[in-house]
Amino acid sequence: MAGKTLYDKIWDAHVAHTDDSSGESLLYIDLHLIHEVTTPQAFDGLKTAGRTVRRPDLTLAVADHNTPTEGQALGMAGVTDPEARNQLETLTRNVAEYGIEYFPMGDIRNGIVHVVGPEQGRTQPGMTIVCGDSHTSTHGAFGALAHGVGTSEVEHVLATQTLRARKMKNLAIDVSGQLREDVTAKDLALHIIAQIGTAGGTGYVMEYRGEAVEALSMEGRMTLCNLSIEGGARAGLIAPDEKTLEYMKGRPASPKAGAWDYAVSYWKTLYSDADAHWDRIVEIDGPSVEPTVTWGTSPGQAIPVSGIIPDPKTIADPSIRAAVERALDYMGLEGGTPIAGTPVQRVFIGSCTNSRIEDLRAAAGIAKGNKVADGVRAMIVPGSGLVRAQAEEEGLDLVFMEAGFEWREPGCSMCLGMNPDTLSPGERCASTSNRNFEGRQGRGGRTHLMSPALAARAAITGVIG
Amino acid sequence: MKAFTTLTGTAAPLLDKGKPMSNVDTDMIIPKQFLKTTTRNGLSKGLFHELKTNADGSENPDFVLNRPQYAKASILITGENFGCGSSREHAPWALLDQGITCVIAPSFADIFHNNCYKNGILPVRLPANVCEDLAAQAGGANHVFTIDLENQTVVTPDGVVHPFDVDPGRKLNLMAGLDEIGASLSAEADISAFETTRRLMTPWLEQAS
Repeated sequence: MAGKTLYDKIWDAHVAHTDDSSGESLLYIDLHLIHEVTTPQAFDGLKTAGRTVRRPDLTLAVADHNTPTEGQALGMAGVTDPEARNQLETLTRNVAEYGIEYFPMGDIRNGIVHVVGPEQGRTQPGMTIVCGDSHTSTHGAFGALAHGVGTSEVEHVLATQTLRARKMKNLAIDVSGQLREDVTAKDLALHIIAQIGTAGGTGYVMEYRGEAVEALSMEGRMTLCNLSIEGGARAGLIAPDEKTLEYMKGRPASPKAGAWDYAVSYWKTLYSDADAHWDRIVEIDGPSVEPTVTWGTSPGQAIPVSGIIPDPKTIADPSIRAAVERALDYMGLEGGTPIAGTPVQRVFIGSCTNSRIEDLRAAAGIAKGNKVADGVRAMIVPGSGLVRAQAEEEGLDLVFMEAGFEWREPGCSMCLGMNPDTLSPGERCASTSNRNFEGRQGRGGRTHLMSPALAARAAITGVIG
Repeated sequence: MKAFTTLTGTAAPLLDKGKPMSNVDTDMIIPKQFLKTTTRNGLSKGLFHELKTNADGSENPDFVLNRPQYAKASILITGENFGCGSSREHAPWALLDQGITCVIAPSFADIFHNNCYKNGILPVRLPANVCEDLAAQAGGANHVFTIDLENQTVVTPDGVVHPFDVDPGRKLNLMAGLDEIGASLSAEADISAFETTRRLMTPWLEQAS
């Protein structure tokens, strides 16, 4: 009998029931993360049907998507958008009614849900984790099966603590060799998506393996897994190792004392067996990955920062040519020209992809002693209150402010522009976020995805490069 | 959830430079400013907002769903990887509010695909060349198609029958308009038994909160 992949092992350990007629399994959920945007209708449905929350103790709520990133001390009075306020107040009411732990805006533990889970030690190896947010794949960095769900599924998990699920296929992404010193997890992720396409992982759970992946820090691994969904895979996984244990140790919700050793002995079984069956294996040559940026309106439209924007005239396939032409039109760029030197007006360093302390350190390293270029507005949005406090302890806030960056309060901010932080039409932004879709950061806004170091450099020089 | 069995209605082609539009993401289906609602209703106003309106907020008369013959479309024909990006269920809610209960495309993103089934919307996968052909027909004078889930067929205005594949379990649930939570709760004994084992095997997970 063939061995099991890490995904197979986690799946097998969580099937509570299988329905023979539909072929669906009820997968038990160890951690349900919730936020204000994708839950009101779920709680509403629950109440209408006269049901309740089965395991409030396995549920954790944060407010992040539409919280403003300044004036949080004012509380709800600082939320000027009445619809956003209503959503935040609805969450506050719902968590109180069902006894769910909640880190509201202003609490130092508050922040972007995918930063908070790991930071608190709520995210643990071998868990199943869902959240009504596609970047739930982030938590896969710990060897947890974690993926985004819709609001109907949020309601299902609230009511049953299970998810109706079908087994996905197994995809291995093997990254051989070491990454160059100037190449980060973000560059690697964009490189992988450019290789496999934004639908390349559809139907699969991706496991990242190989020397270059093992060498990444936990935060780098979170960045890599975070972007799995941009390659079409709902979930990404990295097997836990010593770095994972080191990160987990002493976190508020990590197993304590005797339970720790027991947990570790289980976590050490969480790897893909050498003879496991893979439906597909993609090989990536680590040393050849370069610092990478997107030029278009899809995360897969990425090239080395030293590279040339694709020229539609040289593309034979009519549908790919049409997509490239549409993207170039929207982005206001010309095919066949270098991406380096493209001027930006905005810089956003933040989001569940790149707002952790190492990201801020990397950006501060570039910002130190320099000034944000004339005509550029640059924002730093830490991923959580605790990340912000840590950065302030290290003096990074002063480095940023002296250089002319705005030092903001935590939240999803300009990644999706549900709060006041948005782009104006035609504005071009160097962004450490995860989506460069048309209108994502504001109607007509032009987003270039990149690492914190490249984004900080764009702030200083005023151009991509 | 409303059951889906058969549907006869107008099909609207969503095109880009004359071809079914590929990689339509959920930000495009419904942008962020419409996600601040606390209900599932009334979201058609945000459906394809940046395609159907001009930058000044006026209506774009060229957008397919703004053209009178497609205003009541119940079927959408589109390109590869439809529904990629965010997990927002507002995307299928907006389609449903518009009256669209079937989307035909060569491929769908996983989360959106799943969300459709939770809302009585049938996502039909057909090869890219067939979708192109269907889109061209939908663009003609007669754009009424019939979708038959039981027999798994799409019938074009000129009577050509295209069979499609669908997961048998999903088909059953959709045809029954199944209350999934109710059905899952009937497995209560299994869920409780699982929890008992879980407490014994992975006790630290009980102490995480």
